[in-house]
Order: sequence, then structure tokens, then C-alpha cells
Amino acid sequence: MVKTRLIPVLYIKNGLIVRSEDFVNHKIIGNIINEAERYNQWNVDELIYIDISRDDSYDLRRDDLKVDSYNSIDEVIKRISKVCFMPLAFGGKIRTLEEIDTRIKNGADKVTLNTGAFLNRSLIKEASKKYGSQCIIISIDYKVVDKDPIVFIENGTKSTGITIFDWIKECEQLGAGEIFLNSIDRDGKANGYDVENIKKAVQSTKLPVIACGGAGDFYDFVDLAEETNVSAIAAGNIFHFTEASYPRAKKLLKKNKINVR
Amino acid sequence: MIGIIDYGMGNLASVKNAFDYLGILSQIVDDPDDLKNFDKAILPGVGAFGRAMENLKQNHYDEAILDFTQSAKKPFLGICLGMQLLLDSSMEHGKHDGLGLVQGTVYDFNDVIKDSPIQHVGWNSISKNSSSPILNQLDDGESFYFVHRFYCMLNTIEEVSTLTDYEISFHSTLQKDNIFATQFHPEKSQKAGLSIFKEFAKL
Repeated sequence: MVKTRLIPVLYIKNGLIVRSEDFVNHKIIGNIINEAERYNQWNVDELIYIDISRDDSYDLRRDDLKVDSYNSIDEVIKRISKVCFMPLAFGGKIRTLEEIDTRIKNGADKVTLNTGAFLNRSLIKEASKKYGSQCIIISIDYKVVDKDPIVFIENGTKSTGITIFDWIKECEQLGAGEIFLNSIDRDGKANGYDVENIKKAVQSTKLPVIACGGAGDFYDFVDLAEETNVSAIAAGNIFHFTEASYPRAKKLLKKNKINVR
Repeated sequence: MIGIIDYGMGNLASVKNAFDYLGILSQIVDDPDDLKNFDKAILPGVGAFGRAMENLKQNHYDEAILDFTQSAKKPFLGICLGMQLLLDSSMEHGKHDGLGLVQGTVYDFNDVIKDSPIQHVGWNSISKNSSSPILNQLDDGESFYFVHRFYCMLNTIEEVSTLTDYEISFHSTLQKDNIFATQFHPEKSQKAGLSIFKEFAKL
């Protein structure tokens, strides 16, 4: 049977890999390509890159103005896909079918859509029709408000008022292929996954669910895998600060009889 | 020289990158008339079956592929959707005819899967059914990266190289004479995947 994936999530801000906390604070971790090579050596299952550059002048059509860093996400994708032979998903700031086209063309296997999909639902439909559902991950940022997990858009700043369950259902109908659930409350907090809502989300859909947000140690991975049927366990910060973190995490999962690669 | 067929369905860069990394010469083919100039060819694929067939037909790749595989009998490798397109037909969003080079049908996991997500996404293992040279370097049970909702079932079991379980057992690789195919993505399956490209290049 298919194995539970363990996926590092890397945040790109203005051409660099950063650490994320509360969706607001970002510490620079390192060079994108060096990080990619490190993960490749660790034989990771998959990588998800999210572009969180919020500088309004960051515009793919104005590359000529920003020559000193990786001046477009497409350049980043191109470079990474030359050294990494694992599934690569790219997200952040995608609003149009053309932006999906260029990411795929440069070597992305999947794209993650968030605000762009929420504000323009036909984007999910069109993109999945063109590239197949498997290509389209819907990334959902949520906060628990009065006990309900509510979808937030615009980098977690704006409440939509609808629950993750309703939005997941709609995404499924529109042709999405996977759901990436990210708890804003737990982003960078290292206090464990939101098992309760993740479990409900997995049960509510026939789409694979990737859960992210809150991993403090590798036992949180084990707990999540044991208590829910998530297709993939995702984490960001935890992989940055400990030596050989990824292979050690896999080892612990195996020891606890989780079906991982 | 290996030709990678570009019929407007993405994913070419990853396949090309893998061959570049291995130091094996390959080139993107964007004109069906050029296909005959290559020793081997790859039909990659990300996308929807119906649209892919439309694209192949509109560009007359269907005829070029027929010549390449049936008249010239050169090694040909389909990947993912490229495997499914080789079969007679697919049930993806209504019934569509495929290239019909291998007898079989593409079905929807949604009609048979009960407890798992309808997309088969992730790393899963293969079990060998009949030997195929492109799988030479691989152990039974090796894991590969799959991402698909529709799966192949061949009519002739001897043409099935490996099987994979996802609640049901489906055909994950095939060989019919000079035609090879994998449902998983060798270019995304790290060492195990790259070994398939190496063996294919040796044919």
C-alpha cells in the first residue's frame, strides 16, 4: 500500500529560504539551491516550496528591476529541478492559469493554490482540466475561531468565515487533487499538530490530506500518523535546526511501525 | 539520442533534467516529423487523457508514434499519462480512445476505492510479474513515486511487468516488445527511478 509521506516545507522570501513563525516573523535560513541539495541527499519523499515574498514591488513581469537575487520564482524552480529528482510542489502568489503554466514548464510537478483559488474558483477547474487533478494542491490556512476551523486567505490575514470542511468539499468538486492544511495558530509554535481538526478533515474528503503546522519533535509526526489517516506529514522549521533531522525522523516513524519509505 | 515528445502536456523539464544529470543525450521533440531521427523516444505526461489525445492527434504525433513503434520498432517508453495513452481506451471524464498500441483499458480509482483517497499519490512498491530489461537493477518491492487517479489494466498478463497495490492490484509497468511504460514517475523516484532511465538508454 501507499506509504505515508514526510514532506519538508520550505518558505521562500525574496529569493531566500526563511523560517516562519505566526505567519509574520521570518528568519533567513539560507540559499535555496544549497538547501535543495541537502534535502536531495536526504532522499526526501517530496518538497513543497511556498513563495511568501510580500514586497509589493516583487512582480514577475518586472524582473529587469530586480537583478540581484533569484529574480523570479521560475528561475528558482528551474535551478532546483536540475538537482532534485523528487516531486516538487511550488506555491504562493499564484493567481492565473498562465502562472501555473510557467511553473509546470520550468519543472514544478504540482502547484499549490491558496488565495488565488478562493477568489477565483474557476482557476481550480481550469487548471485541473489542463494538467489533471493530481497537479493541483489546495493550500488552506486556518485558525480556530469559536471552536470552528475557519479558512483564512491573504497570507492568513483575512477570514473567509467558512470552515475548512466546507471549503475542502468545494475544492474536491472543482477538481482539486490534494489538500494542504496549515494551522496558523500552530505555525512555528512547536506544540504538536492539530490532530482533532486534521482527523475530521481527512474523514470528510476523498482527497489526500497533507497536514502542516506545529511539529515540535519527531514524536509529533508519530502521533499524527497514528491518530489520523493523513497522506502526508509536512513540517517546516523542525528540519532546519537539527542535524540529519529528516533521516532521523524517518527512522523513528519506522520504529513505530508507520508505513514510510 | 533519446527524443522526449513535447505535445503540450508539461513535465518535460523533469524528464530532460534527469537524463542530463545521468549524462545521457536527450532532446525535446517538438515536431512529429523529427521523431524518426531518434533512436529511442519517451512519451511523458501530466494532464488529462482526453486533452492529451487531442493534442497528439492535432499534431499528428499519433501517426509518428505508430511508425516509430510499429514499423521502425524502436524502444519507446511511456511515463504516467504516457503509459495510459498507449492503451485502447480510458474512462477519464467519459470514454476516450487511446493509441491502442497495447491492449487494455484505463479505469478510475473512484469506482473501486473505498477507504483511501481517490488519487493514488505517493511512494508505493512494485511486485514483479514478468521480467523486463528496464527493471534489471531493481529489487522486488522497490518504491516509486506515483501520482494518478486512473489506472491501467492490460488484457494480456504477460505484458505486465509489475503490479502495485492500492486497495486493488493494478498494472504499474508494462512491456510489449519494444514498448515500455511505467505508471510511476522514474524522474521523480530518485535513485531507483533514474536506474530505469539508465537501463532504457542501454537498450
